[in-house]
Amino acid sequence: MTPTAELPGVEQAVELGLTESEYQRIVELMGRPPNQVELAMFSLLWSEHCAYKHSRKLLGRLPTEGERVVMGPGENAGAVDVGNGHAVAFKVESHNHPSAVEPFQGAATGVGGILRDVFAIGARPIAVLDSLRFGELTSDRSRYLFEGAVAGIGHYGNSIGVPTVGGEVYFEPPYEHNCLVNAMCVGLARTEEMIRSAAAGPRNLLVIMGASTGRDGIGGASVLASAELEAGDDSKRPSVQIGDPFEESKLLECSLELLERGLLVSLQDLGAAGLTSSAGEMASKGGVGIDIDVAHVPLREPDLEPFEVMISESQERMLAVVEPSKLDEVVATCERWQTGSAAIGEVTDSGHLRVLDDGVEVGDVPVSALVDECPLYDLEPEEPGTWMYGNAETLGELVALSAGRSADSSDPSAILCALLSSFNVASKRWAFEQYDSVVGSRTARRPEDADAAVLMIPESDRAIAVAIDGNGRRVACDPYAGTVEAVLECAQNLACAGAEPLGLTNCLNFGNPEKPGVAWQLDRAVSGLADACRELGVPVVGGNVSLYNETEHGPIYPTPVVGMVGELPDPAPAPGIAPGEGDRLVLVGPFAPSLAGSELAKQRGELDAGLPQVEIGGIAQALGFVRQVVRDGIATAAHDVSDGGLACALAEMAIAAASGIEADLDPLVELRGGSGESCLFGEGPGGVVLGVAPGQLPGLLEAAERAGVEALEVGSVGGDRLEFSAAERDVSVALADANRAWRSLPERL
Amino acid sequence: MIGVIQFPGSCDERDALAAVERVDVGRLVWHEETDLSGLDGVVIPGGFSYGDYLRAGAIARFSPAMEAVARFSAGGGPVLGICNGFQVLCEAGLLPGALLPNEGLRFICRQVGLVAEDFKGPFGEEIGPGERLSVPVKHMSGRYFAADDELDRLEAARRVAFRYAPGENPNGSVRDIAGVVNETGNVLGLMPHPEHAVDPVTGSDDGLSLLRGMLRQPAAA
Repeated sequence: MTPTAELPGVEQAVELGLTESEYQRIVELMGRPPNQVELAMFSLLWSEHCAYKHSRKLLGRLPTEGERVVMGPGENAGAVDVGNGHAVAFKVESHNHPSAVEPFQGAATGVGGILRDVFAIGARPIAVLDSLRFGELTSDRSRYLFEGAVAGIGHYGNSIGVPTVGGEVYFEPPYEHNCLVNAMCVGLARTEEMIRSAAAGPRNLLVIMGASTGRDGIGGASVLASAELEAGDDSKRPSVQIGDPFEESKLLECSLELLERGLLVSLQDLGAAGLTSSAGEMASKGGVGIDIDVAHVPLREPDLEPFEVMISESQERMLAVVEPSKLDEVVATCERWQTGSAAIGEVTDSGHLRVLDDGVEVGDVPVSALVDECPLYDLEPEEPGTWMYGNAETLGELVALSAGRSADSSDPSAILCALLSSFNVASKRWAFEQYDSVVGSRTARRPEDADAAVLMIPESDRAIAVAIDGNGRRVACDPYAGTVEAVLECAQNLACAGAEPLGLTNCLNFGNPEKPGVAWQLDRAVSGLADACRELGVPVVGGNVSLYNETEHGPIYPTPVVGMVGELPDPAPAPGIAPGEGDRLVLVGPFAPSLAGSELAKQRGELDAGLPQVEIGGIAQALGFVRQVVRDGIATAAHDVSDGGLACALAEMAIAAASGIEADLDPLVELRGGSGESCLFGEGPGGVVLGVAPGQLPGLLEAAERAGVEALEVGSVGGDRLEFSAAERDVSVALADANRAWRSLPERL
Repeated sequence: MIGVIQFPGSCDERDALAAVERVDVGRLVWHEETDLSGLDGVVIPGGFSYGDYLRAGAIARFSPAMEAVARFSAGGGPVLGICNGFQVLCEAGLLPGALLPNEGLRFICRQVGLVAEDFKGPFGEEIGPGERLSVPVKHMSGRYFAADDELDRLEAARRVAFRYAPGENPNGSVRDIAGVVNETGNVLGLMPHPEHAVDPVTGSDDGLSLLRGMLRQPAAA
């Protein structure tokens, strides 16, 4: 295909996902109509996925500055300083649509992609976390997707030797036709060895490393492809990428060695939109041009068209800029690691991305047009005013399953067992035991041991805690308050480990932003994220946006997933969630439970718009107190109140401790003025249950009073039953029964 | 000095190196190296050597370093194969039996109890028979298997080194076997990861005594 051949028109541009006015803008910017190669490149870089057309304006609201920020948004991953010349890099990214098509490979390559983002800046990946959303597990398809995604995450992470230390999963009907698979990677780097992705130095070489290039993941450009293929010959167009963790393992070690030896000028991973995106971004950031000769790109099958080479999403590839004098050393290092390398082009001072095929020009695009000139759109938000999603009563069934057919579904004991057995609250051991959580020798608190994973960083004589959260159902009830809660939930998890937040990453998973209701969700959620981060003093160092998560069945719950990294001086005092026999339990913080948006409201089919508003400052103060108590080694256990409310939090602590708990919640009922039921099962931010030895109790309560933080003694640990009372709504359940309900997930898969 | 073999696709080689450095000095041994002189012991670490394509350990056994390990062990040098290392040693014929896919056909990562047997060789020198260790397992193919008569012979010859504690067999291994030694006791293979049990903050330091045992026998000349 040469530029002189028949040019694609506006129809093909529209079929590739561009609008007519976007096509006209491309013609204006180019001064002529684009040829096939150029149009293919524009169609991908001007896609929502690459250009953030509908979200970029909103993202400007987020606070991104902080004294510990080493690398902010715009690089492959953000990074924060952890002292002694080291930085922790992290990012979360979605791989939703591929996972809905093929959950194993979709999730696996999601992990592969986020790992590359982190080692692209010179950080060794030290942990993966994941955030998953599926429809209810009562559906065959959701079970298939859940099992496939978990196996895929495990396959990739386990094989490459990066521990999967945490994560979360929710099952809700709006995800039935559009599951979410978000993966977060955390890496560690020596700050001075970190590298940016900006290309520099005309005449420096562009080197592609890793796997060869095939037709993976170019289904989106099938309109162009089909012009040259026999009708019906779709088999050559696999649109889901296949992951090879062994290839990535070699590429990772090789990349880090090249960086350590100072052999690279810059480095970028090849992700969505392949070479086009990587080369375009490297050139844009460096203010330079790039020439690529597709004839020099190692192919895994012959006869790829130039545009296919430019947009292929074959996995396990990196793009580096190398000084010519260092090329031989780079190639030799790649050979030693048994991974591919080829010089495919050079940096120029033209400001253009030129595509050549064996020396003949087949495309020539101004880098700025490709990367920076995509039109940005304003949202047209409109509050729906009503609950946009469905409701279904499922409590009766769950009660029958967990407490027996004769149980009364208004009895708090039966409700507790039902909630413990609900897919959202029940133990996820079945899933996380499929992940290697210990490789790397850093993991001091493993999944379910504590609210946050704790990783040792001996390089700077401290530890970090990491967590990922985002309850889409609550965000659906109130996008602003729900998103504030997601940030607070992460901060609470970190505080329970004694960690102070250093930075935050996020993935905004939403429906079609061109619809006013979804636009409103997105607008409010970003404001909530911005306000919560500002009040907690946590900078946003990176993120990802995934829009158009909807089908003819409607949009997903708006799901901002928040990943947070914090630091703590010493992992040793970080408690788990299991208190000791005889310990006293204290509820700390301005927790004001409400049944709105709760797991119980869902099970009763009573979801509705609206959540109580949140006072962030008071919660931040309480979390500071919790953090100090934990660091001082006074807390024997710490667990925040989350899904299923205080009753479920206490039950989880009892199960972990293998001991009963007796709790009197009347003081909470009195203090908050809610019903007994809302104190037992109501949800909301700002509550942490601490365990302390009896002798420490008076000191803890006094210290809380001095700090102006609410602290209520709520119970004690002992016996073999859960006995909770709250305004005559009493729970009395044998620990063994609660344990059975909470661990019932595997038998229902 | 203890050498830790590094194959492309190894995952736990740095962990194993850090663990042996708690009891001795150590270094990584690249999979193409054939000169093991100067080493007092060799660890074949966990991971997915060469991607574990074909069958776990099936490709690594042909690496130049493994030929050197065979010579090293024939000379009496202590060799510890952990997880993938155990699989490689079985594939190489340096240990009896085979590691099959887990009974549940899923990868499993879990802290398990191990019970030490009264077994041959240096590795048990600092562990009493019947002693219980807490060590993590993490594998896809860890179900130890050998024919019954072979197992009888191994047991009679004090070659079963560790069993999973009662009720804690995670993978369906025959007779709860977690680790075995060769005829002379200087080669130990086990599925659990002692290198991930060297620090109480990460859950346990019960693996240290096993690693120290490795040095109780001088290396071959």
